[in-house]
Amino acid sequence: MLTVAALAGGMSLVSEPFASADNLFNVSRNFAFIGLIALGQTAVIATGGIDLSVGSVMGLAGIVTGLVLGSGQPLALAAAAGLGCALLCGLVNGALVGYLRLSPFVVTLGMLSIARSLALVISNNRMIHDFGPDEDLVLALGGGRFLGLANPVWLLLVAALSAAAWFRYSRLARYVLAVGGNEVSTRLAGVPVARVKLMVYVLSSLLAGASAILMIGWLGAVTNALGQGYELRVIASAVIGGANLMGGEGGAFGAVAGAALIELIRNSLLLLGVDPYWQGAFVGGSIIVAILVERGRRGRQTAG
Amino acid sequence: MLELRSVGMHFGAVEALVDVDLELRAGEVLGLMGDNGAGKSTLLKIVAGNFAPTSGRVLWDDAEVDLSPLSARELGIEAVYQDLALCDNLSAAANVFLGRELSRTLFGVLPVLDHAAMRRKSAELFAELGSDTRADDLVRQMSGGQRQAVAIARARLSSPRLMLLDEPTAAISVRQIAEVLELIRSLKEQGVGILLISHRMSDVFAVADRILVLRRGRKVADKATADSSPEEVTALITGAIEAA
Repeated sequence: MLTVAALAGGMSLVSEPFASADNLFNVSRNFAFIGLIALGQTAVIATGGIDLSVGSVMGLAGIVTGLVLGSGQPLALAAAAGLGCALLCGLVNGALVGYLRLSPFVVTLGMLSIARSLALVISNNRMIHDFGPDEDLVLALGGGRFLGLANPVWLLLVAALSAAAWFRYSRLARYVLAVGGNEVSTRLAGVPVARVKLMVYVLSSLLAGASAILMIGWLGAVTNALGQGYELRVIASAVIGGANLMGGEGGAFGAVAGAALIELIRNSLLLLGVDPYWQGAFVGGSIIVAILVERGRRGRQTAG
Repeated sequence: MLELRSVGMHFGAVEALVDVDLELRAGEVLGLMGDNGAGKSTLLKIVAGNFAPTSGRVLWDDAEVDLSPLSARELGIEAVYQDLALCDNLSAAANVFLGRELSRTLFGVLPVLDHAAMRRKSAELFAELGSDTRADDLVRQMSGGQRQAVAIARARLSSPRLMLLDEPTAAISVRQIAEVLELIRSLKEQGVGILLISHRMSDVFAVADRILVLRRGRKVADKATADSSPEEVTALITGAIEAA
């Protein structure tokens, strides 16, 4: 959080266009899509798991939503179809990880490939830009603004506040952290561990689906490449935000701050005229710095 | 109260328990002894409902039962495990209430965790145990004795009829061992049955009414503590005496 504020403050001093309303509007909208998914990813990581399939699930949910819209159906139905596909992906991930106790890395790596391939099959590698009679509504939903903030930012705000309350007050979230802390003991305490895991993968996929629906409204078109490579940015956001890949730790605001930081770094480099080829190096470096800082903090805690 | 009849358990080709009978009455402390790998923990996990025995029957109040972790709890069986089975990343109160969190409803519909009530009740339990454990501390930051207090507080939460204690005195200081033994005696006076697994001969002889010895999955002795001696039990554990 502090890092985000510091970076934003510094940038507004050195770069005039940074603090412009337009730029801030763009930055906030750009990280809203990632931040939304990072909330779900944080819950998955808190159980000691990982969901590599979110980018592909976005692609599949986006394509399905676009196709159903294009066939003349209303937005509600199309969104339900897109979210339904995401739900299925999440159920498969969660069932395999939770009930069959397969490795989350392998299962979601498989789903990364499967969902992307299904998006290709269903779309036949076409770009979909005809969103049917509800086109205006879709474009307004993902691309519009309300009281000066982009709609996806509002949604992220609501989702982050709900997630924060969820982490603090829900039984399921308590179990999520418990599973990540000590899975065996949580099972011995009679907590339905498999169901807890199922729920976090479903949550992660559903948020990826929701983000995809917003994103196609912003882009005005959808290709099967939607969300490609996003899994890494999402995981990076969660990790920078304090989610511990060993499980047991993570919070809602951390995920959002992580997403914001990555987008700020990208935006700052762009405005400072740094060759865009360098972006990956800076974003990657910030992830490593984040876990080094975390390690330092934990080391002191244990020593004290 | 609890009865096992010729209970057996095998994992693949490994025979962990063979034909074990056991009986435990209310207010009785049964010491379960044996070398590493003799089947003590397997037996305890069967009674706690974590393992279903591959043969034999489990009876509770003279009725045959099919135990799961939840049904065992509902019957009044509580286990405190050797590794203490705590979540290091959660607070003492969160661990005490893990799996049966207290909640209240917000606006009449929304169930939320009742942190204040859980904190208060945990603090009461720690005070009863004479422990200085604080409800809000993370388990990660605690001493062995404090962890033990958390584990026992968790088990006492539901006023159990049978408590399974797996090496309760293994990881704590001498002063705290005396406290735990005192606690076992007070539980016994309240009519709680106790199945105590321990390597520490002196602890078992201090509190157990009967001692059951396992060797390589078989029961080799089951007799009143008064009729036995640490020397005899040691010989039974190692196999110097075949059975008694």
